[in-house]
Formats: sequence, C-alpha cells, structure tokens
Amino acid sequence: MIQPNDNYSIMVEDLTKRFGSFTAVDHISFEVKKGEIFGFLGANGAGKTTAMKMLCGLSKPTSGNALVAGFEVGKDNEGIKKNIGYMSQRFSLYEELKVWENMRLYAGIYGIPEKQIKERIELMLESLGFQNEINTFVKSLPVGWKQKLAFAVSIIHNPKIVFLDEPTGGVDPASRRQFWELIYQAADKGITVFVTTHYMDEAEYCNRISIMVDGKIAVIDKPQTLKMQYHGRNMDEVFRKLARNAVRS
Amino acid sequence: MIKVHNIYKKYSKIQALEDISFDVPRGEIFGIIGPDGAGKTSLFRILTTLILADSGNATIDELDLVKQYRLIRNRIGYMPGRFSLYQDLSVEENLSFYASIFGTTIEENARQIEDIYNQLLPFRKRRAGALSGGMKQKLALCCALIHKPKILFLDEPTTGVDPVSRNDFWNMLQRLQAEGLTILVSTSYMEEASLCDRIALIQNGRFLKVNTPENITKQYQRHLFAVSSDNMSLLLGDLRKHPFVTSSYAFGDVHHITVEFPDSSAKEFSQWALQIREFLMQCGHTNIFVSVISPSVEDCFMDLICLPQEQAVPASLSSVVNDD
Amino acid sequence: MMSKTPFSAFVRKEFYHIFRDRWTTLILLIMPMMMLLLLGFAITTEVKNAQILVLDPSRDEATRMIINTLEASEYFEIKGEVTSIEEVETLFRKGDIGMVLVFSEHFSDKMLHTGKAQVQLITDGSDPNYALTLTQYATAIIGGVVQEFSAAQGSIPCQIHSDVRFMYNPTLKGGYNTVPGVLGMVLMLICAMMTSISIAREKEFGTMEILLVSPVKPIVIILSKTVPYILISLINLTTILLLSVFVLKVPVTGNLLLFFLLALLFIFVSLSLGLLVSAVAKSQMVAMLISGMLMMLPVILLSGIIFPVESMPLFFQWLANIIPANWFIKAVKKVMIQGLGFGAISFELMILSGMALLLVLLSLKAFKKRLD
Repeated sequence: MIQPNDNYSIMVEDLTKRFGSFTAVDHISFEVKKGEIFGFLGANGAGKTTAMKMLCGLSKPTSGNALVAGFEVGKDNEGIKKNIGYMSQRFSLYEELKVWENMRLYAGIYGIPEKQIKERIELMLESLGFQNEINTFVKSLPVGWKQKLAFAVSIIHNPKIVFLDEPTGGVDPASRRQFWELIYQAADKGITVFVTTHYMDEAEYCNRISIMVDGKIAVIDKPQTLKMQYHGRNMDEVFRKLARNAVRS
Repeated sequence: MIKVHNIYKKYSKIQALEDISFDVPRGEIFGIIGPDGAGKTSLFRILTTLILADSGNATIDELDLVKQYRLIRNRIGYMPGRFSLYQDLSVEENLSFYASIFGTTIEENARQIEDIYNQLLPFRKRRAGALSGGMKQKLALCCALIHKPKILFLDEPTTGVDPVSRNDFWNMLQRLQAEGLTILVSTSYMEEASLCDRIALIQNGRFLKVNTPENITKQYQRHLFAVSSDNMSLLLGDLRKHPFVTSSYAFGDVHHITVEFPDSSAKEFSQWALQIREFLMQCGHTNIFVSVISPSVEDCFMDLICLPQEQAVPASLSSVVNDD
Repeated sequence: MMSKTPFSAFVRKEFYHIFRDRWTTLILLIMPMMMLLLLGFAITTEVKNAQILVLDPSRDEATRMIINTLEASEYFEIKGEVTSIEEVETLFRKGDIGMVLVFSEHFSDKMLHTGKAQVQLITDGSDPNYALTLTQYATAIIGGVVQEFSAAQGSIPCQIHSDVRFMYNPTLKGGYNTVPGVLGMVLMLICAMMTSISIAREKEFGTMEILLVSPVKPIVIILSKTVPYILISLINLTTILLLSVFVLKVPVTGNLLLFFLLALLFIFVSLSLGLLVSAVAKSQMVAMLISGMLMMLPVILLSGIIFPVESMPLFFQWLANIIPANWFIKAVKKVMIQGLGFGAISFELMILSGMALLLVLLSLKAFKKRLD
C-alpha cells in the first residue's frame, strides 16, 4: 500500500505487468509531482503503452501498486477515470461531427453540468482561437488543429492529470510547438501532464523525463541533468546511449 | 529514374496535389518532407500506379505511369504508410507470401535482404502483429525488397518509431542506396531531411522547395538566434514582446527567434544579440544565452509555412503567454 | 514454406487467415450446423399438443366423435369446455389457448338431414402462421371424422368435404422446409459475406495496396480469394446433408449428383455477389453490413424459411423472385424432398445461370486495378 501524498499526482511502486512468460512492465517505481510535465520515453516495445494503460485504469497490474490522482490502480478505476484526461495521436474526435458538436459531446461524456457546458465551450474556443471554426467539420481541419482540439477536449472536465500518448505525431513543426504551448498552459493551471513522444526535442520541454528500457525505468531525471550525466549534447544522444543497451525488441 | 511533370489531384473539394514536378536521378535518396495531410500519400499512390492523377504525367524508369503501369509494377518496391503486413501470419510467412506473389522465393533473394533479414531471424516464427514497431518496419522493408526492385517507394516508414530504430532504418536505406537503388521516401520528421540527397518540402499539396538540404538552409533569408534562460516558458512570451522579434519557437533546450532588423541595419549580429540580452535582463531573466545560429531544415520549413499564412494560425498562444 | 506460384501461396494464406482466427473458424464450420439444428428443432412450425377449448351446445354423437378424434391426435389437447362465446375472449388473452371450436346447435341433425352443419374455428390471428397451421390441421381432422360419421349413418355423402393432404411431408415435419432454407442461407453467408469481408480486410490493413502494386493479375487475386470458400461451402454442404438425414430425419430422395451441381451453381452466384460487394465496400464493417442487410436479411425473411411467402403482400412476393437464394431453395426442395429430376428444375437452373453470368460480368467490371 502506498500512503497518499498531496504533493504527488502519480505514485507508482513496483508496478508489474506480465503476459504469460513475458514481463512487459518490470517493477517500475516513480512519482510525478502535481502540475509537473512528465515525459515518459522509451523505445518501441519497451513497455510504455502497457504502463500507461495500467495508470489510466484500462488494464490490471499483475503486481505492485500505483496511486493515480489519489485512487488505487486496479481497485478504483472508476475514480481514476473521472479524474484523468486521455489523448493520443489516434485519439479520435468524431470526424463527421462539427467542432462544437464534438465539444458538446465530450462535455456530456465527462459529466459537466448542463448549465456550465455552454460557458466552458466558449472559453475553450476562445483560448484555442477557434471561434470561426465552430461549425467546421472536424474532418476538414488540418492535422495540427485537430490535435489541439483533441487536447482541449481531453481537459474539458478539468482533470487532475492528462495522459498524452504521442500527441504530436505527424504534426507540422509550427503546430507542434503551438501544441506544447497548450501543454504549458494546462500545467500552469495545475494539471499534471504525462506525455510520451518520439520527438527528442520535445523531451527537453518536460520538467522531468524517464526512459524505459526492456520494461524497466533506466533513468529518471531532469533533461539537463541527464545530458550532463550521459555527456550528450541533446536528449537524442542520451536516448540512443540508453536504448542501445536494450536486449529485447 | 523518376520524372514528374505538373501533377494535379483533387478529391471532391480538397486539392490534394497542385502542380507537382520533380526529377529523381538513379541512385538518389529523395525525401518528401511535410506534415500529415500535406499530400505525401496521394503523391506516392499516384507514382506507384495505385491511383490516377487528374492531370500531368510522369515516367518511372522511362516507363509511362499510365500506359505501362504493369511493367512499372515489376520494378518498384512499395511500403505504404500503414504497415501492410498480415498480422496473423508469421514473419517468415509474410515474407514468403510476398516473395511468391512476385514469382520469387526468399532463398533466391537472400543476398538482397540478408542484412535486414538477419535481424529478423530470431523472430521468424512470431506473428507480425506481435512485433514491436521497429521490427514491423524492418519486416515491411524486407517485403518491399524481396523482388529486387530498382526503385523503392517508402511512405512515412518511420512514423511512430523510436529514435534508435529510426536511426537503424536510415542506415539500412543508405546501404541500399550504395547498392544502386533509387529511393523515394516521405517523412514528417524534419531532422531526417539531412539524411536525404535532395528533399522537397511539401505543405497543402504544393512543393514549397526542392533542393539539397544544404542549399535549402543556405537560402534561408532571416536572422536566426538561439536564446535560453533559467525560465524557458516565460522566456518564450517575453521574446515575443520584443519589437524586432518576428517569431519565437521552442527548439529543444533553446528557443529559436527570427529577428527583423529596423531599416539599414548597420550593426553586427553580435550587437543585436547583446540588445536582446539586455531586453531580457530587464524582463527579469537570469542566466541568459543569446547566440547567432545557422538554420536547420525545420527552421526553413517553419519559415516557409508561416509566412504566407500568418493570419491562419490562431493568435491565441501569444495572448495566452501574455496573460502569464 | 510456401510454394512458388502466386496462386497456391494465396490460397494457403487465405486458409491461415481462416484457421488462425478462432471466431472465423467457428463461424465458418460450426455456425452452419447450429443454424440447421436451431431452425430444425426450436423454431418449428409443427403443431404439437395445441390446447383447444370447445363450445358445444349440441352435445350429440357427431360432435363427441370430432372432439374425441381431435383429442386422440398428437396435435391437439382438449383443455376444457366453455359455455358462452363471451368467455372465449378472456381465455384467449391468457395466451395458453391455441384454438376454440364452436359447434352450432343440433349439429348431427343438421348434418344428417340438410347435409350442412356449422363448426367455427377461432384462432389467435396475431400469430398467423401458427393460426393457419392449426386451422388446416383441424379442418383436415374434422373432415375425416365427418365423412366417417356420415358413412356409418348410411346417409347421403356428406357435403362438408374438406380434404387437406400434406404432400411429400406426410408427417408434417418442419425439417423439410428448414433444410433447404438453411442450405441457402449458409452458402450465401459463407460465399458472399465471408468473401467480401476478406477482401475488405485487405483494403483496411493496407495489404491490398501492395497486392495491387505487385505484378499479380487481379483475376488471380479474385480466384484465390474464392477457392477456400468454395471448399468450405462444400464441406458445409456435406455436414448439413448428413445432419439432416441422420438427425432431422429428412431423407435425400433425389439425385445426389444433380443436387451438388445445383449447389455449385448457387455457390458461384453467391461468390460473384460477394465480389460485387467487396468492390464497393472499403472496410470490413461496410462489407458486413451490406452483405448482412442486403443479402442475408432478405433471404431469411423472403425465402419462406420462417414466414410463408404466399401470405405476403404482392410486392414482397415479387421481390422474393429476384433473390437468388429463393430459386436455389425451390430447386433444392424439388430435388431433395420430392426426388424430381433435371427436367423439373431446369427453370430454376436457367434463372440461376442467368444471374451468375450477370453478376460475374458486373463484379469483374467493378473490380479495380487501382485503388479508386
């Protein structure tokens, strides 16, 4: 059992997931502070997705404990789901619905009181600069805009934590940066951001990052510290040095 | 090897490709670089004879794209954007299936693919669906190479793949190039541009530039600085308040800014760097670094896409940062 | 190792797909049997021990004889008597009662002297099939009794003469109707639906792009997609026949060779339908919906397996004629149950051949050498 601590949004202790004889996630332990932007990196197949699924309450750990937003993973998944937002590159807004219809729908799904919905949507449109796109079908938005909209929708219910799974894949460089500015904005509001990415420059934007190798967390620290420790000019070099040691793929 | 003239393609309302022309000589790695939805996949499908262009024409290895499409299909290897493997077949079964539809066998082409195939050997009995992203990508490349094509078309082969596997993949491409293959590859990762001999930057169905990566960065017109301080997120907004700064974006551990000097700039760059530094000190920043840098392809791309459509980009972000 | 020719490699791959997915295997091999047994036993139109009530003001020899004969048959069970017609409605509402028999007064007298006596059969019309069957059975039994009765009384031949005979299915077994119907449905399902789904899957997973870019001719792709399903259809055909003979006790009276020929023709029609669907459908879901809604549903509803087509509005009867499965089912009944020969089904064969030709031409035209 982990003692709840108000300073941390996510507390993980020896979290493990096995599929048959294969240990996808191997006794990982870490904490994420409230309001922190936490980069969760790792090579394909290192176990990131499996770990993230457990933290989102979508998959039951084989052993170990984790508290997400104060709720115990595997026991109180409903509590977790109410307090987190989730978005991925594949996270689909409904393409055949208009911008506001999507917002309206997710506001309803996340249980925002009927009276507040209109106000929230207007606030969101304004902060995204989407006022003129309110009646646009999502499918005709550029990819970068879609991602921004998807992110805004994933935090429409003011969650304590938002999980972002490769949110910027395939997005043009300018939109990618605008997206990160939205992430900062959310973090400033006190939302904890848990993000995975394959863009190593984006790893630099995180307060702290962890790199998973073969189901274990190989390192966890500030990007700056890691670069010094591994003598890398940038995170790309640090990542390669660590991930090269991977045995499985 | 590839000659493309004035290709247009339209889907109902959206102009997917507009006036695309380029040539790729034998043995070159030609990169098509741009975000999702820019028209990369449409272009690949046209060049692999899967769809027809509305107008314009092209030849692949001197063969007409429309009239001689059957002959073309024998000479090209294609790796579509989505990994097109049979998830329920094993690595070996996938390979031998693709070998047999091209009328060949794995053994006949062992040499061509051995480099990559050896890495797959430990997993040859595993179902393709259970492979990691990097391995799937290698298998898909193997499948595309199995019939000894002269030209490889790789549509976003590295999307969603981690940096290490991406690096391995590009090494493989360079070895294939050395064996004489012509490779047309698309990507949305800007840093991969420098690994190509020549690149085309694509956005909204149009080529913004076609040239070598070096020449593209040489043609960059703006004055570019890298800036950092102890508070990077505040720094971004403060830089935008500077009257001469025209753009300010995060680039890893520094921010890149472009600066529009007031008329008849006689001052040296270094003096401008100092001026910016002073401005930031007044804003309360500490540990400030400002230096002149040469642009990357990503800087060029951002410059090219931002210029014509400054209005289209939501202004929200600057206002957001100003609120802080 | 796969063999060198594209065709055999294709067929082998197709079998991998089928047998590596537990659900696909189950649907293809087990479901047809389940369908047959389900429709053969559970959803039956046979009448067994239907409960009937009697309103008999006459209480004479003739009515007693009728009541006794009904009771003696395995179809009916006399539940009791009512004394007034008003009671009938409340009893029907309870739902247990299948039919009420209302005799007129002085039944025997009237019958013997005027030759005209009345008996009213009241059934629950909300289930018309069942009601129809009940009245048919009852009429047949009553007719028999009346004849017997008047013969025994030595009077003039009675004028109530109802003669209902159930040709070819003297014991009124549901299986005679079910087996051909299920055959039509199963072959349609496997050939049309599964073929279209398997082609749509290649499109969905992007493998079709590579196949199209390869030098393999489209006709090879098409044929290799169909071969496994033809084989599986033939396996199912055999299991269904065995099940129907040994479990449902429906004999195959006609020529087995002719039967398989007919089935092959129908398989051909279904396959071309499936290919036509796959040319339109871009995803497995669409393929499933189109083949499900446009092909399976009409077969189930309009082929007479569950609802008799004869009692449907004219429009649907007309619609039923353009469904290939109906012609197949008709012909199967003739060959399998009635034991008729080639001549008897030549019309159906002609229509099916015409449909096959049309559909093959259409689907070959629709299959694309390119993506769009």
